[in-house]
Amino acid sequence: MAIPPAATDTTLTFDLSSESVRELNRRLHEAVDPRRVTVVNPGGRHSIAVGINAPHEVEIAGHVGYYCAGMNKLATVRIAGNCGVGVAENLMSGTVIVEGSASQSAGATARGGLLVVHGDASARCAISLKGADIVVRGSVGHMSAFMAQTGALVVCGNAGDSLGDSIYEARLYVRGSVAGFGADCIEKEMRAEHLEQVAGLLARAEIDDVDPAEFRRYGSARRLYNFHVDNLGSY
Amino acid sequence: MCGIAGLYTKTPEMQARLGEYLARMLEQLSFRGPDSAGAAFYRDPAPDGWCKLSLHSANEDPGWLALGGELHQAFGGASEPHVRATHATFTVAADALDAQAWLAEHHPELRLMSAGRSIEIYKEAGLPQEFVRRFKLDEIAGSHALGHTRMATESRVTTEHSHPFSTGLDLCLVHNGSLSNHNRLRRTLAREGIRFQTDNDTEVAAGYLTWKLRGGATLEQALESCMNDLDGFYTFAVGTAEGFAVLRDPIACKPAVMAETDEWVAMASEYRAIAVLPGAEQATTWEPEPGKVYSWGTALV
Repeated sequence: MAIPPAATDTTLTFDLSSESVRELNRRLHEAVDPRRVTVVNPGGRHSIAVGINAPHEVEIAGHVGYYCAGMNKLATVRIAGNCGVGVAENLMSGTVIVEGSASQSAGATARGGLLVVHGDASARCAISLKGADIVVRGSVGHMSAFMAQTGALVVCGNAGDSLGDSIYEARLYVRGSVAGFGADCIEKEMRAEHLEQVAGLLARAEIDDVDPAEFRRYGSARRLYNFHVDNLGSY
Repeated sequence: MCGIAGLYTKTPEMQARLGEYLARMLEQLSFRGPDSAGAAFYRDPAPDGWCKLSLHSANEDPGWLALGGELHQAFGGASEPHVRATHATFTVAADALDAQAWLAEHHPELRLMSAGRSIEIYKEAGLPQEFVRRFKLDEIAGSHALGHTRMATESRVTTEHSHPFSTGLDLCLVHNGSLSNHNRLRRTLAREGIRFQTDNDTEVAAGYLTWKLRGGATLEQALESCMNDLDGFYTFAVGTAEGFAVLRDPIACKPAVMAETDEWVAMASEYRAIAVLPGAEQATTWEPEPGKVYSWGTALV
C-alpha cells in the first residue's frame, strides 16, 4: 500500500493482518494533508494510531489493544470495537470515539479534546485528567478521576468505588449511583452552567436520549490539595 | 509482567484443536513472558481406580519406558509413557496419592508436575514459541486448558519456577502478578504440612489453595479467602477437572479479558490472545471485575 500521490484521493485502507502497526503509525505521522484511513484486522494490537498530529479521520474496524489513539492531536479516531488499557491516554485535542467498552485508565492524563466511550470504561477512567472531556455512555470502574486536575468526566451510568480520590478541579457528572467517594471528593450543586456543560458534552458525544437534568455533580472539597497539618491523617 | 491464557471448549471441533489454539494464544502472550512457558491440559480421563501422572526429568530420557514397567509391576497396571520433550505422562492402576508416595521413594530424581484423573502439566524455561514447538502443543486435544508465559520478577528462571503449579489432584494455578507476603505464608503453610519445591511466590499461592481445599473449603471459598490472606497483585486462573475459575485482586493491578461464544470460553491477559480464536470478533467480551470469582464448567461445584 502506498500513500496515493493525488491530493484528491486521500482514502486509505490499512490491513494489520499483513502490515505492521509501526508502518501504519509512520504513514499517519508522515501525512500532512487530512486523510481518511480505515484500519482492518486490528486483532487487539497495541499502540494503533498513536501520536497523530494532523486532522485525519481514522476508523478502526475491530477490537484494539493498549494505548490506542494515545497522544492524539487534531485527528478523529473511531474504534468500532473494544479497547485495551489506556485508550486516548494523553489526548491533546481531536476526538476519540470507542463504540464498545474500554479497559482501565481510559483517557489517562488527557489534556484536551474529547473521548467518548459508548460502552463501559473500567477502573481508573480519567486518572490524572488534565483538561480533556470524557463522556462514558455506560459505567466507570473504581478509582475513576483519581487526582483529576481539570476537564470533565460525564458518566451516564454508575461510578465505582473511590470516585475522584484526591481530585483537584476537574468536574465529575454521574447520572447513576456512586459506589463510594475517594478522599476529598464531595457532591456539589448542579447550577445552570453545569447543566449547560453536560448538555453540550452529550451533544458533542452524539448522545441524544439522556437528560442532562438527571446528572449530579461531584468535585473537590479543596481540603486536601494544599498541605495542612490537620489533614495529616488523610494524606 | 506475565501472560495468562485459559480456554474451555464447548464443541468436539474445538476439543480436537484445543492445543493448537492454546499454542496460538501463548504465542500472542510471548512478549509478556519470554522467560518460560507452561500449560495444563485436561484430557483423556484415567479409568476408575486409575490415576494420571505428569513427570519431568532434568535428563532428556531418564528411562521412561523402564519406569512404565516398574509402575506396572508395583501397581499391577500402567500405561506406556507418553513422552513430550522433558516430560512424560503415565496412567497407573493406583490411587494418585499412593503412586506419588511410590515415586518419591523410588525415583526422587523425577519431579511430579501433576497428578489426578485428567490433568497433564508441561512447562519449561525458554521462549514460549520454543515451548509450543518443542512440546508439540498443536497435537494435544482435550476439554480445557490453561497456559502461562512468565517474566520472572522475584525468583529464578527454571522449569520448577515456571507455571502452572499443581495445587492438588487435578488442580493447578497460573498467576500474573507478585505476592509480597509469600515468605511468611510459606513458613505458616509448611507448619501445616504443605511441601514446597521452590522459593517462588506463586507456588505459595498454590500451596495456600491446596491447604484451604484440604480443610474443606470449596474452590470459590478458597479463592475468596485469598483476598484476606494474600498481599500483593494477582490475576489467578485455577484449573479443575471440570473447568476453570478466575480471580483478580481487588485493586485490579493486573489485566484480564474474558470472552465467550457458542464454541468456547476464553480468558487472557490481553485481548490479542483471544483474537486468534475462531469468531472472536463476534464473541461476548468483557473485563472481569476485581475481587469477583468467575468460573466455567462446574469448576466451583
